[in-house]
Amino acid sequence: MSESHQETDYQRVQRSAEFQDLRRRFRNFVFPMTALFLAWYFLYVLLANYAHDFMSTRVAGNITVGLLFGLGQFVSTFVITMTYARWANQKQDAVAENLREHIESGALIDGGADGSLQGGARRGDGGLA
Amino acid sequence: MTRYDATVLAAAADSGQVGDPVVNIAIFGAFVVVTLVIVFRASRNNKSAADYYAAGRSFTGPQNGTAIAGDYLSAASFLGICGAIAIYGYDGFLYSIGFLVAWLVALLLVAELLRNTGRFTMADVLSFRLRQRPVRMAAALSTLAVVFFYLLAQMAGAGGLVALLLGIDGTAGQALVIAVVGALMIMYVLVGGMKGTTWVQIIKAILLIAGAGLMTVWVLAKYGFDLSALLQGAIDMGGENGERLIGPGAQYGASSLTQLNFLSLALALVLGTAGLPHVLMRFYTVPSAKEARRSVVWAIWLIGIFYLFTLVLGYGAGALVGPETIMSSPGKANSAAPLLAYELGGVFLLGIISAVAFATILAVVAGLTITAAASFAHDIYASVIKRGEVAPDAEVRVARITVVVIGALAIVGGIFANGQNVAFLVALAFAVAASANLPTIIYSLFWKRFNTAGALWSMYGGLISCVVLIALSPVVSGKVDPVTGASLSMIRDTSVDFAILPLENPGIISIPLGFLLGIVGTLLSKEKPDPEKFAEMEVRSLTGAGAEKATVAH
Repeated sequence: MSESHQETDYQRVQRSAEFQDLRRRFRNFVFPMTALFLAWYFLYVLLANYAHDFMSTRVAGNITVGLLFGLGQFVSTFVITMTYARWANQKQDAVAENLREHIESGALIDGGADGSLQGGARRGDGGLA
Repeated sequence: MTRYDATVLAAAADSGQVGDPVVNIAIFGAFVVVTLVIVFRASRNNKSAADYYAAGRSFTGPQNGTAIAGDYLSAASFLGICGAIAIYGYDGFLYSIGFLVAWLVALLLVAELLRNTGRFTMADVLSFRLRQRPVRMAAALSTLAVVFFYLLAQMAGAGGLVALLLGIDGTAGQALVIAVVGALMIMYVLVGGMKGTTWVQIIKAILLIAGAGLMTVWVLAKYGFDLSALLQGAIDMGGENGERLIGPGAQYGASSLTQLNFLSLALALVLGTAGLPHVLMRFYTVPSAKEARRSVVWAIWLIGIFYLFTLVLGYGAGALVGPETIMSSPGKANSAAPLLAYELGGVFLLGIISAVAFATILAVVAGLTITAAASFAHDIYASVIKRGEVAPDAEVRVARITVVVIGALAIVGGIFANGQNVAFLVALAFAVAASANLPTIIYSLFWKRFNTAGALWSMYGGLISCVVLIALSPVVSGKVDPVTGASLSMIRDTSVDFAILPLENPGIISIPLGFLLGIVGTLLSKEKPDPEKFAEMEVRSLTGAGAEKATVAH
């Protein structure tokens, strides 16, 4: 990037309260959720690996604790998936879309001095190649 | 449907195949004809690089989610997991849980951010705010390594499947079939690009999930839709080990070492998926991050439901066919699902399931090939060799040539690996993805201070440690069956033994190492992070500003 001005347009957006809010909400959701499902997964793996007797205990008929734990992993995965999708659709998308429109219409980015990556409007030739 | 009695089945199994090869080939041939027509139709407006690599970003979330399921549910998932559950019971179930939970990493941390910041390949994201050429080179090499390991496993699996389903026993005959599979795959990818590949994967996913669903209902109906009764059937057929099938430990519980192997595998499975380059590339085929999210939601439901089916099918094969019959058939554990199909619906259902298994290999191999071609043409050729000074036409031309080269390599590798014990290659691919790719993806998206040195240390460190650890492990040399004295390693000569590390999956060492090296490399380097690029990446990743939209048909 050329050094024609001290702060780039993206840095200005990054500093804005609206973006900081979006980022904070995103991280506050996905990081604890990731920790949660990984902890739950490894609890299951460790039990299956080292607590054979407990996991082989029959609950009803031939249905064992281990089988219920395993099916529980499926249920938790489906629940987390739908919770995240609902949350992102309702809370994040509108804010992100609003910011995006402002950036691409130039309301937050004026001019684009170095011209390399500003152009959401310049379809198909974005600046990564 | 006619029910074939056990003696016919056993006789068929003894002669090296089950069912009617003509029916199997006819159904598979129908799949090939239908998909070829669709691929040709879909490819009519393949012009730009975005068309060829990313299908013009024109797929919807549900379409892409189905294609992801088609890309992800390989023959190993279907045949391997069914077989593992039929033979080892509960321990086989553990695979499917790792394969599924892993999708949450992709959903929460990777898919949308990656869609917003990249264009065609994983390296687009990794090199976004770092020095382009060295990072692209490393990312492309790691992509090619993952694809190569995965591809070889699929092609070798094709050989075994042929023996079982088409009754082709001779090495030359199997080599010919591997060559046909490879040539078909080259044609799909060459002509159809990402669009054609995606349609093949969508059709295959629907066939696979519908076929497995049909068999699941059938099996459950036989037991009055009582899961406990089905398990009892598996216990009864399991002989003296029957009781162990419903709890963990039958496969991995033997010693503290096998337990460590299992931990290592569990880690590689859950962290590997979000670093698999052929999975990541699928997120570029949709028009927006929101569609990328919908893709993953669809993929998680389809993959999860499919793995629930395999639980029933695995125990069903154990109960209705029996572990002994399965293990004495030519395909061993891999033939559990086809044998169950034969037991349930005779020649016709077996033909359908066989065709689906072939389609599975074909679709996964096509997805891997286009990923490798994009990585070579876009990252190595256009960015590293030509330093970005390349016409888009030339890049796509190089990609097409790469497809042919990779297809040829896959055919040769598949013929060479036919009959080899290559199941570990898929686990290795996941381990490389988790140790070489995932740390750099996560750091570059979330860690401001991260720099080029950190990326290179992490990627090369993760890749090299995985390959070295595997080479020095019992899967390559020195593992001997204590009962028969036969070699269980890749190198069949039992006198050759350079296995100095007992672990069969490197994940538990290489994954923490990959994450650690990323931190160490970053902190030791004097390179300053680029706050401007980081701001751009962060803003773009979360808002989608500047991300490429769907291309309009030219």
